[in-house]
Amino acid sequence: MDVLVCLKRVPLAGGTLILTPDSRDIETKHLGFGISPHEENAVEAGVQLVEQMGGTLTLLTLGPSDAEEQLRSQLAIGATRAVLLETDGQEWDPQGTAGALVDAINAEETKFDLIIFGAESADSAGYQIHIRVAHALNRPIITNVKSMKVENGVAVCDRVVATGREHYEVALPAIITVRDGLNIPRYPSVPGRMQARKKPVDMKKAEARVPKLEKVNLALAPSKSKGAEILGKGVEGVDALVEVLKKIGTF
Amino acid sequence: MILVLVDHDRGELDPLSLRALTAARKLGQDVEAVVIGKEAGALAGIVGEYGAKVLHVASHANITDYTPMASGRALKDLVEKLKPAAVLAAGTPRGNEQLAHLAAFLDLPMAAECSEITLGSPHHVLRARWAGNLIESANVHADLLIATVLAFSTEPESANGGAATVAEFEPSLQPADYAVKVLSRDAGESKGGVTLTDAKVIVSGGRGVGGPDGFGQIEELAALLGGTVGCSRVVTSSGWRPHAEQVGQTGTKVAPDLYIAAGISGAMQHIAGMKNSKTIVVINTDPEAPILGYADYAIIGDLHQVIPALTSAIRQAKG
Repeated sequence: MDVLVCLKRVPLAGGTLILTPDSRDIETKHLGFGISPHEENAVEAGVQLVEQMGGTLTLLTLGPSDAEEQLRSQLAIGATRAVLLETDGQEWDPQGTAGALVDAINAEETKFDLIIFGAESADSAGYQIHIRVAHALNRPIITNVKSMKVENGVAVCDRVVATGREHYEVALPAIITVRDGLNIPRYPSVPGRMQARKKPVDMKKAEARVPKLEKVNLALAPSKSKGAEILGKGVEGVDALVEVLKKIGTF
Repeated sequence: MILVLVDHDRGELDPLSLRALTAARKLGQDVEAVVIGKEAGALAGIVGEYGAKVLHVASHANITDYTPMASGRALKDLVEKLKPAAVLAAGTPRGNEQLAHLAAFLDLPMAAECSEITLGSPHHVLRARWAGNLIESANVHADLLIATVLAFSTEPESANGGAATVAEFEPSLQPADYAVKVLSRDAGESKGGVTLTDAKVIVSGGRGVGGPDGFGQIEELAALLGGTVGCSRVVTSSGWRPHAEQVGQTGTKVAPDLYIAAGISGAMQHIAGMKNSKTIVVINTDPEAPILGYADYAIIGDLHQVIPALTSAIRQAKG
């Protein structure tokens, strides 16, 4: 079974975001980088499938050359090899990104049985790249998967909705997007890290396309900022809270 | 004309779609709505009330439940026939997914999670990124604008319209369009009763609850207030509570009348899921917890003392 997992390098922002002076990006001078939480689950799922069934796990990303760092750390988890589509560091729009991923997947000798994405990126949240890739490759896609089994060439998946769980089945080759909670991503072992240094990472230049969803700039979302009214310390605050709940009509 | 995809679950309206209809009306053009699946034709009354003149009903033997690619195909057929200026839907996982299929079929850009839309050439949107912490100003270069409306960014306003005229159509589905569909559904981890999206009151617990047993008191308070239990990501990833209860960017986005956050410090992704709640009450030992920046009221203290005291005080007040 040959699996491909698509990743994205994103800054690990803690509580507060700061913008660059031109307001086009997040200031990352003092931030570390990682991948989105869902993508850690995607890699773990790929590693488990290859452990159970044999085959290969390839990682694919589009981003600056520094994204090699994220690829190496996921290679340390157990992926076989990686492909980095190198940009000039500018953010690409979803159509451009999907198009470059499709070209790269088509250029691979391996015809992947399963392509896995995280359900959403931490930063741009466009909710579409995986679907565009599925259309371009003529493959079925199941999104937001929270549990998955592959048996006899069929992926059996569940997704969680407000009212319970929905069951899906799809014959491979297919594409799925997975959510946090699918599995517990493992930490890389020391030997894993050592091996990852020697695993192949193919660097390919990616040609930018004219964006149709064109970012003008970014702004910080206003927070409520009025500050909470402190009703008291510990149980002393309870009576005041009961009055508040009465006032707003809770009971 | 603005075409709005009104989402439903087996005929039950997604209330966020009414906000999308309201946002569509603000663009100053006629509004028409579309539902996927024959059973949703019964929504003509409510979508009419919210301003849609026509309700297009996509009806097909192979659309029996949520079938996102078939939705995309149905929308494509309708767009080619009606030539709307924009297609909108609510910014929910399903709204985003169905419009992304439309955008992929047409190879057009799509702007997800928009809080403001201005039609023009190019179109202009403000859209949420980074779990709602950043607002992107973006131009959309396409004749047809495909966009989803950020959940809770628009208050639903009735247009006092009469029932929409129902126009049934059969989309030109290909077998691949319904290769992925819901085969069955079960209650899974959810206990039934009030779901997070419908709840008027949510009492949420975080790391500070300390373990699965600590949620007994949270459940009791939630039940007393006629609400339901929510939690933060650390709680579900530690296996203390089911994933269906997770509030946040990676869980469910909610906007109840009252949100009580107990023992939750307020990671960005949790805030994204609850900051639109009408009244937010925080119970936390840490007066510096980031969630206080979003709270209306707070008690600085240990939830293990405050919640039982609150529960008994409410019981007493109710008499």
